[in-house]
Amino acid sequence: MYLYDEIDQRLVDERVAQFRDQTRRFLAGELSEDDFRPLRLQNGLYIQRFAPMLRIAIPYGFLASRQLRALACIARKWDRGYGHFSTRQNIQFNWPKLEDVPDILAKLATVQMHAIQTSGNCIRNTTTDHFAGTAPDEIVDPLVWCEIIRQWSTFHPEFAYLPRKFKIAVSGSESDRAATRVHDIGLQATRDAAGKVGFRVLAGGGLGRTPLLGAVMREFMPWQHLLTYLEAILRVYNRYGRRDNKYRARIKILVKELTPDVFRAQVEDEWSHLQGSASTLTADEVQRVEQRFTRPGYRKSDALSPGYVLALSRDKAFSNWVRRNVQPHKVAGYAAVTLSLKKTGAPPGDATADQMDAIADLADRFSFSELRVSHEQNLILADVRQTDLFDLWQQARALGLATPNIGLITNIIACPGGDFCSLANAKSIPVAEALQRRFDDLDYLHDIGELDLNISGCMNSCGHHHIGHIGILGVDKQGAEYYQISIGGAQGNQAALGKVLGPSVSQAEVPDVIERLIELYLERRDSEEERFIDVVRRIGIEPFKEYVYGNHHQPAASPRRQLATA
Amino acid sequence: MATIISRRQVLADNWQLLKRAADGSIEIPSDGDVIVPLSTWLEQRDALVKRTGQLGVWLEGSDDPALLVADLEHFALIAVHFQQFTDGRGYSIARLLRARYGWQRELRAVGDVLRDQLFYLSSCGFNTFALRADQNVQAAMTAFEDFSEAYQGSVERPQPLFRRRSLIQHEDTQKAAI
Repeated sequence: MYLYDEIDQRLVDERVAQFRDQTRRFLAGELSEDDFRPLRLQNGLYIQRFAPMLRIAIPYGFLASRQLRALACIARKWDRGYGHFSTRQNIQFNWPKLEDVPDILAKLATVQMHAIQTSGNCIRNTTTDHFAGTAPDEIVDPLVWCEIIRQWSTFHPEFAYLPRKFKIAVSGSESDRAATRVHDIGLQATRDAAGKVGFRVLAGGGLGRTPLLGAVMREFMPWQHLLTYLEAILRVYNRYGRRDNKYRARIKILVKELTPDVFRAQVEDEWSHLQGSASTLTADEVQRVEQRFTRPGYRKSDALSPGYVLALSRDKAFSNWVRRNVQPHKVAGYAAVTLSLKKTGAPPGDATADQMDAIADLADRFSFSELRVSHEQNLILADVRQTDLFDLWQQARALGLATPNIGLITNIIACPGGDFCSLANAKSIPVAEALQRRFDDLDYLHDIGELDLNISGCMNSCGHHHIGHIGILGVDKQGAEYYQISIGGAQGNQAALGKVLGPSVSQAEVPDVIERLIELYLERRDSEEERFIDVVRRIGIEPFKEYVYGNHHQPAASPRRQLATA
Repeated sequence: MATIISRRQVLADNWQLLKRAADGSIEIPSDGDVIVPLSTWLEQRDALVKRTGQLGVWLEGSDDPALLVADLEHFALIAVHFQQFTDGRGYSIARLLRARYGWQRELRAVGDVLRDQLFYLSSCGFNTFALRADQNVQAAMTAFEDFSEAYQGSVERPQPLFRRRSLIQHEDTQKAAI
């Protein structure tokens, strides 16, 4: 956890005072809706379907237990007792009152939190791998770099009114767990031939209406030049990005329209003037930020504890959970645990205030009082002793947080959709629930194996449907809610954008279509090791298309279902 | 008389901002201080340098300040026009004029200029502000104090916070010791 110093704290406090005054002037009629809108958005406040929605920053997904308790307190006092963890590793509250928001921000500031730049056309929360700092293959600790970027981007005076929002992702290892290729800028730690540390810099990736993978700007940029190079990219984008059409305003469109080569040449020209300027990073600063992070005081343990091995062999439910929800750790005797917020019946990513308090207790007891939010909308205890896993599992199970479905089809990633969001074409929560019910049988679920399923309620793609192995997109068809299914998307080093399967289907038909896809996959896979996405890559989309739609434009009903209802 | 904010004071403004008429024509008074559009400067520079009265030039967000690099000596003022306050191109223009092209005289924000953007505008190098007509100029003066620090370097304080942090903390300790 990065601990604020006096100056970090003062800036956040001053932001609260500034927004309090802006809200006061808005409510007094001294600030028009148009003039207020960008100001409130840069403090995370949307006007939504029923009430304002407040998005609170969880920088790079990192939370201390005392911060989670503050969020629980906000949920109880100013909201309806729950919050929604988003795919951007932030948390959203759907029911605050506009006039209460300055008080909520003041409460957040007491635990070194804020809602700065969580919306609006500015540089947003920088995201990273949710196992950052614990993964065995890291070249750098991405948390340190995310914090350096957080400070550089916070209140950056030149880049507060960009053509559109701007998202940066950092991966600390060669294996990309931060989706760097689908961000406006992706940074991937790497080493040059001499072993020096730097970043591969990608720009122009993104999802949304025009999904594109980022283009390489630099194969290797020494770390000292990171901020000046970001400045060069942002300045070229700020000056030349399109401002005439909101849907053509992201940097990916500029990179595409200019071509990556021309865009890169402009960035390099800009950087030639900025190189070596005062923003050039120093080893002192990197070290200072590193030292302000609290670090877990790991205890020396054996690689495998006998009690743990025994529990694994005795308890099938426990070993299922370990297989799906527990990840290896770079420190012997420790593991990273994912608490699933994807229990059937609860909207994906939602947690109640009571759950938040209970999770904070678990973090205190089992994981050095720290936790992380994953972009898959689950919570992670990253530093758990292996000897504690059985205890933790029992407690998590009692809280409904131990569904053993991480990486499986019911670990659905979904935006809040039409139930809350005024942008959505269609609902996503009931679709997620119907799918979770359809695949509720644990043996069947585990037999299907690894499968990312993502749902977005509209083209803004908050549910990242393009990079789901199965993606579901809410569309508007003559005023009715329909869903377009795509397959073959993926995140990580083999990032790919899914291809649309065929005509969109009604809400009731979605589970049947997904089940048809799964049936064909199970029939065609060559072994249990071959995942759904591998089969799609091997045989292509056509057999799936044919199996779902036949020769008709309507999806065929699942034979298994027909049998069941016959 | 119109007012502007200059060096954190409210002053009467003697400059006249000239705009083209709908047919593209522009009338330039023979004396007095005028700010002309960039295109007018590029077309009529010989006539404009011979005028009495001070000369300024104004840029739109889409204009390239590099076009002025060789001409800077002719101007007492450069203005950047914000069609909408949400159009952030003017901030980059200001940074370029100050940090790259060496412009040290008056740099003015005009157009849709509001109280709540003054802090960032000032950080990027603007030093005078002609606020939108409906703004309360006196009340807007507090905007310059919205933040007491900034992570980034600014035109007035080129070193970013990380290069000053140890010094600031050193000063604080000294103050505490006194």
